[in-house]
Amino acid sequence: MTGYVARRVGVSLIQLVLLSFFAFSLIHFVPGNPVATMLGPRATPSEIRQISDSLGLNQPLAKQFGLFLGHLVTGHFGTSFTFSQSISSLIAQRAVPSLALIAYGLIVALVLGVPLAVASALRAERPLDHGIRVFTTISFAMPTFWSGLILAVVFALKLHWLPVSGYGSGFFGVVQSLTLPAIALGLSLLAVIVRTLRTSIRHVLSLEYIEAANARGLSTRRILTRHVMRNAVMPTITVLAVNVGFLIGGTVVLEQVFQIPGLGTLLFQAVEQRDYPLVETIAVLAGAVVVFLNLATDLMQVVLDPRVRPGVRSE
Amino acid sequence: MTDPLLNVEELSIAFRQRRGELTVVRDVSFDVGVGEVVGLVGESGSGKSVSCRSILRLMPAHGVMRARAIEFLGRDVTKLSDRELRDHRRHNVGMVFQDPYSCLNPTQRVGEQVAEALRVNAGMSKIDARARTIELFESVGIDRGAERQRSYPHELSGGMRQRVMIAIAISAGPKLLIGDEPTTALDVTTQAQILALMSRLRDDTGMAVLLVSHDFGVVAQVCDRVVVMYGGRVMESGPVTQVCTEPQHPYTRALLESIPRLEAAGRRVRREGIPGQPPNPADVGEGCPFADRCAHASARCSSVDMSLRPVGPSHVTACPFVGEWSDPPGATESSRVGGPS
Repeated sequence: MTGYVARRVGVSLIQLVLLSFFAFSLIHFVPGNPVATMLGPRATPSEIRQISDSLGLNQPLAKQFGLFLGHLVTGHFGTSFTFSQSISSLIAQRAVPSLALIAYGLIVALVLGVPLAVASALRAERPLDHGIRVFTTISFAMPTFWSGLILAVVFALKLHWLPVSGYGSGFFGVVQSLTLPAIALGLSLLAVIVRTLRTSIRHVLSLEYIEAANARGLSTRRILTRHVMRNAVMPTITVLAVNVGFLIGGTVVLEQVFQIPGLGTLLFQAVEQRDYPLVETIAVLAGAVVVFLNLATDLMQVVLDPRVRPGVRSE
Repeated sequence: MTDPLLNVEELSIAFRQRRGELTVVRDVSFDVGVGEVVGLVGESGSGKSVSCRSILRLMPAHGVMRARAIEFLGRDVTKLSDRELRDHRRHNVGMVFQDPYSCLNPTQRVGEQVAEALRVNAGMSKIDARARTIELFESVGIDRGAERQRSYPHELSGGMRQRVMIAIAISAGPKLLIGDEPTTALDVTTQAQILALMSRLRDDTGMAVLLVSHDFGVVAQVCDRVVVMYGGRVMESGPVTQVCTEPQHPYTRALLESIPRLEAAGRRVRREGIPGQPPNPADVGEGCPFADRCAHASARCSSVDMSLRPVGPSHVTACPFVGEWSDPPGATESSRVGGPS
C-alpha cells in the first residue's frame, strides 16, 4: 500500500521534470525575442544585447534550464520581463480568480449533472433520457464564450440580476461576478459528467449484486446511494480530472468575455510578449495541477475500490 | 401433505422484443409446502431461474410475467403494491444466487452488507445488527465472525461468500429460501457443505427451500419433491424418490439416464446424453417442447395438451402417453409377468 503510493508519487515527480523540460524548450524554440518586443522597433542592437545580458538570455540554454529548474524547486520563480513584478506574486494574484471560476464551474456541473445522470440512467431510452441527451449535447456543443454572452445578455443586461462583467471584491462580490461565467463553464462540462455517469450507473444497475439488493427489498433510494454510486463514480472522476486539468489556463476566452483578471489572460499576455520565465512558470504550474489531479484520481480509486488496493489480500 | 406456503398457478413469462414477445415460460404451476424442500430441475434455458424470480416479482426490464395467481401464505404476490412487495421481499423470502463472486457489493465490507439487511429488514440498531451479524455468521459456518465481517468480498473464497449470501438471505427469518443454482459455481466439496448447511438451516428454522438446479444429483440429495422443467414448461413433478426411480415422463427418464455414475471398478460405461439441442424459445409453441428429441414421440405430440395428469400420490406428468412407453407406476418385473396380459 505505502509502496504503491510512493511509486505513484515518484512517477509524478518524473512527469514534472519532463514537463518543465518541454515547457522550457517550447517557448525558447518559438521565434521572437523578448527584449526586442519589450524595447520596441527603435531599439539599437547594443541596447538589446545589454538587456539580454542582464536577463541572462545570452547564456547557454542548458545553463538557463538549470537555473529555471533551480527556481522551480526553491519556489522563487524570478521576475517577469514585462510586468517587472515577481512572478510568484503575479501568479498568486491571478490564480485565485481562475481557480475560483473553475471550482465554481465544477460545482455547477456536478449539481446539475449528477441528478440528470441518475434520472437518465433510471429512465434509459425513454423520453426523459432523450430530452436530457439533447440538452447536454447542445450545452456541450455551444462554445463557452457564446453561452457566456447569452447569459450576460439575459441575466445581466435585461434582468439586472448579476453584473455584466468584472471581478467583485469580498466573498459575495466574487461569487456574484463569477456566477454567469461559472454557469457557462459548468454547461460545457455537463455533457461529460452526464454521459459517463449515466453509462456507468446503467452498467452497475445491470450487475447481479444490484439484483440481489432488490431481492432483499432495499429501497431504490438506498440501492442508489449505498450500492450503485460508489461503484459507478470512478470513470466520471477520471474524466473530470482530465477535463479540469485542461481548464487551467484554458479559460482564456471566458476570462476575456467577462473581464476576469485570471491566469488565462496572464498567460495570453505572457506568450505575446515572449516573457520566457512567466510562460514557463505558468505552463509548469498548470501541468503540475494536471499531474497532481491524476495522482489524486489514482489514490481516490484506491480509497473507493478495495479490489485495487495492492498488497492487501487474505484467504 | 404439509400446509401450503407458496402456490404458483399458470405462470407465463415473456420477454419484450423489437417485434412482439418471446415467451420463455408457459403455464407453469407448482407449489411449496411449509418447511418443504422442493427442487426445480431443468437444463439451462428451461425457464427455471426466471420462474423462481417471479416469486419475488424480480423481472428484467423487458420481462413480463402473467399468472393466474402466485399465492404466498394466501396473498397474491402479483397484486401487491410496491410497498407490500418490498415487505414481502424483506420478510417472507430470502434468495441465494448462483455466482457468489458477483452478487455481493465489491466495495462494501461483508459485515456491513449483512448488517444493512438486518437494519432495513428487522429494524435493528447499528450495534444490535453488528452483534447479530456475528451470530448469523456462526450459524452459517463462518468462524472468526468478528474478524471476517471486516473483509471485503474479494478477500473471501467462493464458499465463504456463498455463506455470507445465505446469512443475508436468512437474516429476516424468511419462510422460504430460494436457491438459484447456489452450488453450481463452487467446487464439489464446498458444494456438499453448502447443501448440508441449507438442509440444516431448514431443520433448525423450519423454513421451506426452493432449490433451482440443473443437477438432478444435487436435488435428489436434499429435496422432498421435485419439479422437472423443459422448454419453459413443467414436464413432471412428484416426490423425489418416485420421480427418480419411476420417472413418468420421457424427458425425466432421459435426464436421469444421462447422469454419470461410478460403475463397478474397471468397467467404463459410456453414458449417452440426450440427442439434439434444447429448444430455442422462439420455436416452442403448442404441444410438447421435448417432442423433437423424444424417443417415443409421434405426430400427435406436436399438438398434445400439456396440462398435468396425476399418475400417483402427488405425482403428475405432462405426457398423456405414459402407459404406452413405460411400466405403470408400482409395477415390477414379476407383477407384470404374473398380471393379466
